Amino acid sequence: MKFTFDGRPYEARRGDTLAAALIRNGVHLMGRSFKYHRPRGVLAAGAEEPNALVEIDRGGARRTPNLRATVVEVFDGMVARSQNRTPSLRFDVGAVNDLLAPFLPPGFYYKTFMWPIGAWAKLYEPLIRRAAGLGRAPDLPDTDRYTQRFAHCDVLVIGAGPAGLAAAAEAAAAGMRVMLCDEQAEFGGSLLSDPAAAAGLHETLAALFANPRATMLCRTTAFGIYGDNLVGLAERVTDHLPDPDPALPRERLWQVRAKRIVVAAGAIERPLVFPGNDRPGIMLGDAARIFATRYGANPGRNAVVVTACDTGADVARDLAASGVRIARVIDLREGFRVTGTSGRLRVSFIGIERGGAREKIPCDLVAMCGGWTPSIHLYSQARGKPRFDAALGAFVPDTEVSNLICVGACAGDMPGAYRAGIAPVSSEGRAFVDFQNDVTAKDLELATREGFRSIEHVKRYTTTGMATDQGKTSNINALGIVAGALGATIPEIGLTTFRTPYTPVTFGTLAGHSRGDLFDPVRTTPMHQLAVAAGAVFEDVGTWKRARYFPRAAEDMHMAVARECRMVRDSVGMFDATTLGEIEVVGADAAEFMNRVYINAWTRLAPGRCRYGVMLGENGFVMDDGVVGRLAPDRFHVTTTTGGAARVLAAMEDYRQTEWPELRVWLTSVSEQWAVIAVQGPRAREALLPLVDGLDISAAVMPHMSVVEGTFLGIEMRLFRVSFSGEMGFEVNVPADYGHAAWEAISARVGACQGGLYGTEAMHVLRAEKGFIIVGQETDGTATPDDVGLAWAIGKAKPDFIGKRSLTRSGMSGPRRQLVGLRTDDPATVLEEGAQITATTDDNRPLGHVTSAYGGATVGHSIALAMIESGRDRLGATLQVRMPGRAIAVRVTAPVFYDPEGARLDA
Amino acid sequence: MDRFSLARLLRQGFSGHSGWGAQWRAPEAPLAAYDVVIVGGGGHGLATAYYLAREHNIRRVAVIERGWIGGGNTGRNTTIIRSNYLMPESAGLYDHSMKLWRTLSRELNYNVMYSPRGVMMLAHNVHDVQVSMRHIHANRLAGVDNEWLTPAQAKAFCPPLNIGGDLRYPVLGAALQRRGGTARHDAVAWGFARAASALGVDIIQNCAVTGLARDAAGAISGVETTRGNIATRKVGVVAAGHTSVVMGMAGVRLPLESYPLQALVSEPVKPAFPCVVMSNTIHAYISQSDKGEMVIGAGTDAYVSYSQTGGLHIATQTLDAICELVPQFRRLRMLRNWGGIVDLSPDRSPILSKTDVPGLYVNCGWGTGGFKATPGSGNLFAHTVAHDEPHPINAPFSLARFDTGRLIDEAAAAAVAH
Amino acid sequence: MKLIPCPICGERAEIEFAYGGQAGLVRPPPTATEAAWGAYLYSRENPKGALRERWRHIHGCGRFFNLTRDTVTDKFIP
Repeated sequence: MKFTFDGRPYEARRGDTLAAALIRNGVHLMGRSFKYHRPRGVLAAGAEEPNALVEIDRGGARRTPNLRATVVEVFDGMVARSQNRTPSLRFDVGAVNDLLAPFLPPGFYYKTFMWPIGAWAKLYEPLIRRAAGLGRAPDLPDTDRYTQRFAHCDVLVIGAGPAGLAAAAEAAAAGMRVMLCDEQAEFGGSLLSDPAAAAGLHETLAALFANPRATMLCRTTAFGIYGDNLVGLAERVTDHLPDPDPALPRERLWQVRAKRIVVAAGAIERPLVFPGNDRPGIMLGDAARIFATRYGANPGRNAVVVTACDTGADVARDLAASGVRIARVIDLREGFRVTGTSGRLRVSFIGIERGGAREKIPCDLVAMCGGWTPSIHLYSQARGKPRFDAALGAFVPDTEVSNLICVGACAGDMPGAYRAGIAPVSSEGRAFVDFQNDVTAKDLELATREGFRSIEHVKRYTTTGMATDQGKTSNINALGIVAGALGATIPEIGLTTFRTPYTPVTFGTLAGHSRGDLFDPVRTTPMHQLAVAAGAVFEDVGTWKRARYFPRAAEDMHMAVARECRMVRDSVGMFDATTLGEIEVVGADAAEFMNRVYINAWTRLAPGRCRYGVMLGENGFVMDDGVVGRLAPDRFHVTTTTGGAARVLAAMEDYRQTEWPELRVWLTSVSEQWAVIAVQGPRAREALLPLVDGLDISAAVMPHMSVVEGTFLGIEMRLFRVSFSGEMGFEVNVPADYGHAAWEAISARVGACQGGLYGTEAMHVLRAEKGFIIVGQETDGTATPDDVGLAWAIGKAKPDFIGKRSLTRSGMSGPRRQLVGLRTDDPATVLEEGAQITATTDDNRPLGHVTSAYGGATVGHSIALAMIESGRDRLGATLQVRMPGRAIAVRVTAPVFYDPEGARLDA
Repeated sequence: MDRFSLARLLRQGFSGHSGWGAQWRAPEAPLAAYDVVIVGGGGHGLATAYYLAREHNIRRVAVIERGWIGGGNTGRNTTIIRSNYLMPESAGLYDHSMKLWRTLSRELNYNVMYSPRGVMMLAHNVHDVQVSMRHIHANRLAGVDNEWLTPAQAKAFCPPLNIGGDLRYPVLGAALQRRGGTARHDAVAWGFARAASALGVDIIQNCAVTGLARDAAGAISGVETTRGNIATRKVGVVAAGHTSVVMGMAGVRLPLESYPLQALVSEPVKPAFPCVVMSNTIHAYISQSDKGEMVIGAGTDAYVSYSQTGGLHIATQTLDAICELVPQFRRLRMLRNWGGIVDLSPDRSPILSKTDVPGLYVNCGWGTGGFKATPGSGNLFAHTVAHDEPHPINAPFSLARFDTGRLIDEAAAAAVAH
Repeated sequence: MKLIPCPICGERAEIEFAYGGQAGLVRPPPTATEAAWGAYLYSRENPKGALRERWRHIHGCGRFFNLTRDTVTDKFIP
């Protein structure tokens, strides 16, 4: 396989990670550190890698920064680039930071850049921001797909090393539904770098793959444990393929609900902290062994192994078996100290000292064996409390977590020879602890001198453990250094929180299919396609698409709305009102229930009649409104606002179930069952008459605010005589499946009566001319019924209703904002909605604001509604609408501009 | 207090930084008595202590912190600063804070990295536009900057923003407050701690309050802690999500509920997002930290909890929204996800108030938006504690409003999250 | 995402439920004092520990029910 790194071509073998392939090609310089831009090679061989971060560019939008070269699998034709360097990895001008390092201690930015005021954001911050960051963010919208799956299992085993495989095999043999996931491309964990284990591994895996009750997920990271054993898994599906099937997603999120979780996440080796421990060619012993044995990519020819435990001997043995010359094994337990290293882009010497005797050993590889840290991240996320194991030099699981166990190395279960304690630190010079963020042992000591004593403070002040590896290789060493500096024990210093995710998870994986129309369900009415065909411009109202207006050729919104309004006033218009919420309130106590929920009195509303209902919250403020028809003594057809439908039903159901369970009443949402077509205008009756199968809809039989059940061209119908336009009006309710047909039939009749379609914008203008409020526009959650002129609707004799007590709270008295109309001197001036109103131009105290403002299509002048402090006492007064740089004088009027007597409603 | 400056940084650079001392004094245990005890060592509590010492000359002050200072919501929030609130009371409160932010680094001699890079709040439907315009007009009249941007202007101000037709909820425009921005959260806590300590304030960490003592008349007489009892006549409780617990020790029940609130960051990338963008309609809040991480705020979980962890579905919903607004960020990766506990009041406005218990004061209810108010909140609460009387700016934010119904209902009025 | 035991439907995922806040609040009559009414509207226990609370299986059977939960561990207490 061929690939390029920074434009240079290389060859790789199947199964190589990018790091392994580069090492085999003799490339050790793979990245630059975050702060000092120091040249870096790999430290590790897995997901804990802090240094070798690369960008993989698959062309176009498919460019991904900050990937670990030790995790990225090479495919044929891969294009990989280094990051955070200008102009090249070998010669990076950012390395000037390294020369300035003496002046850039931890937190240096808190101590300066304060002069002059404002210069931080204008001058210093842009410089710092440019220097910071790692890779480049993608700059084109991602074209890949991501999917999500939910799964249930008896046992989820996390990690397919020896312990995890054994657990999975045992559970599978017992007939359980098993899921086994591993973050690597192959199952086996540490067995993969042990040739002697190959045969046994093959056999175990073959049995698991053959078991239909076992789900095997490689390239799948368990990144977090959430409530009640829900585990998040991120599966990398196609990133390793040269030419993936477009039907496959790039990644897949699994949300697995597991009866039991077995964490077999293994352990991560710790680096040693000594001066110059960060040069390319200095890596973890286990990583060197993995590159040599598993990948056949010897990370050096001439190695020095520095160790604090018996791991070093094993590493030296395996490296030697792979053909690496072992120049020396330096066992720190024998009193040695590392004094430093040299080599600009790769290590060339290591200096050691014992008993005053110093020595420089030439080498091109330094393998560090600082002991092992169990990966207790998931255990800790599941709220297990670990304890410190001094012999191991790490935290291990302690308290029990229900339905979760840790097995193998992550449980601290490892050979005694691998137990190191925390290795001694040589902190003179620059001994790195957090490699990516360039935090040295001295930095940590300085932080403690400056009073940062909690490990969380030290972490935040120095940024140790906050890099993209989240301190997997650095946290224990940092704890040891801070504890040493403070003369405290590690348990006293505490452990930083293990936060999700274990390794970074792609945003797209977490978002999944949720984009565009799948971001939130789009709700459309049964007549939607007809509105589309009629050229409607839509607006989003909640999750609904509503037709806002129907422009004809060359019409803008203003012209179209003006025409639609005139049409309704002059002849007839039809409007899709299906989105309103509809609830049937049924039962012997239905009227009593309505009495308690709405401010109105319902007992004496006769069947066949309608009433405008207002609902409050318990805080006394208007929550919703709508027309309610009484179909029978025990049956109400309630309508709500479009946006309030779900909220109103939930509130009603709450009171029905928990407050008044004794009432015999049932609530059913019928919003989806009815298509609702409003037919409004002086010719509305004429338009509908031929369609209602002989029903008498004359004013005498069917006056304003009445409801009747009948048929519409043979279809079941509930016909309401209601108006939100100020004209004679009907609302035809037919079963939703017939909405399309009914719309077409009405449309033909309306057309014959010189009418047509109108949208929500015209509806708003027409109702504003009548002074009808819209909940959420005139009201804002702080308006009482009286504030918006609806005190008349309150059933005064009722003992109680939702919100009644709040209306008499002391805070409700005093001057309140009240609904009024506004007129401008110039009838063409249209006010701006939201504009603030004051008494005079000298007084900036707002008295209220414009809630609705329109050109006023049919009244001959612009109109506005406003909520004004003590507005009803100000009728006739002149106030000022305050606009940028000017004020518009307005006269306060009653809020009804059109047909104040309501004669047209009764036509 | 040793002054911080570039010159000193350079001098220390030549001497191996051996001359830096502790940024604040850290007494192991409190004294036997203080004039004022502040319960809660977050930004608001430390700021209160600082202003008590600085502006009211009350220097025998202790800040009692259960864990480590700044470890609660101060260190867990998404650091958005703005003052474009609708209600005059709210705009007054937050703008008071905004004025302090401007000079806070100099005031504290600690660079809190206040970065007024602009906060843009998106409108996605006609109702949003109406609400935005009402805010803009109200703010302008009150002297608070806030301006309307068309979608194209919003895109020009924030080039990564998607304003295309493929959005489920299109961007119809945005309200921009140019003075809005971000600051470095930890630095705010540390800066106030250092400055307060220099004025004599004792900051006691790892010290939990176990009781509030009252005298025969019912007035506050002391604070019981895990590190000993303290005699004091004045206690200011500034304990965010734990306020109900602490106030319960004095038998005071508050109109508060504590909810988990999540946030997350991406891996760091080079500068790619120049400002703060908020969308209340689709619940997305994003900015880029100086380190390069995309800092993203999520919503609260559905139920009362002190667990500091939230559900995965909350984080995924947030990223749904981010990937809608900035689809090129779909390939970025979530690096850290965490939770805090926020104390929500019924009207989503804070409570800075005296209580019925003489000598007991409370500063709470900041919900999801307290960071931006840190200096102003401390400043006004210090006034309230020092004078036993609220400052005119925070007088409306009393406890009594929940009985009278005179709420400051920013959320109801605007359907706007903080 | 928690599992919540609905008395009708059994354990279901949290996203099927609506939270109903503290249980057992008694709605005072309209003659209640201002303080009593204010307490009903707004005063809450908000305990760090056991909380008796309401849930509704809104995307299932629709039933309201009460549970006790430890607000520190989020575990339901039988």
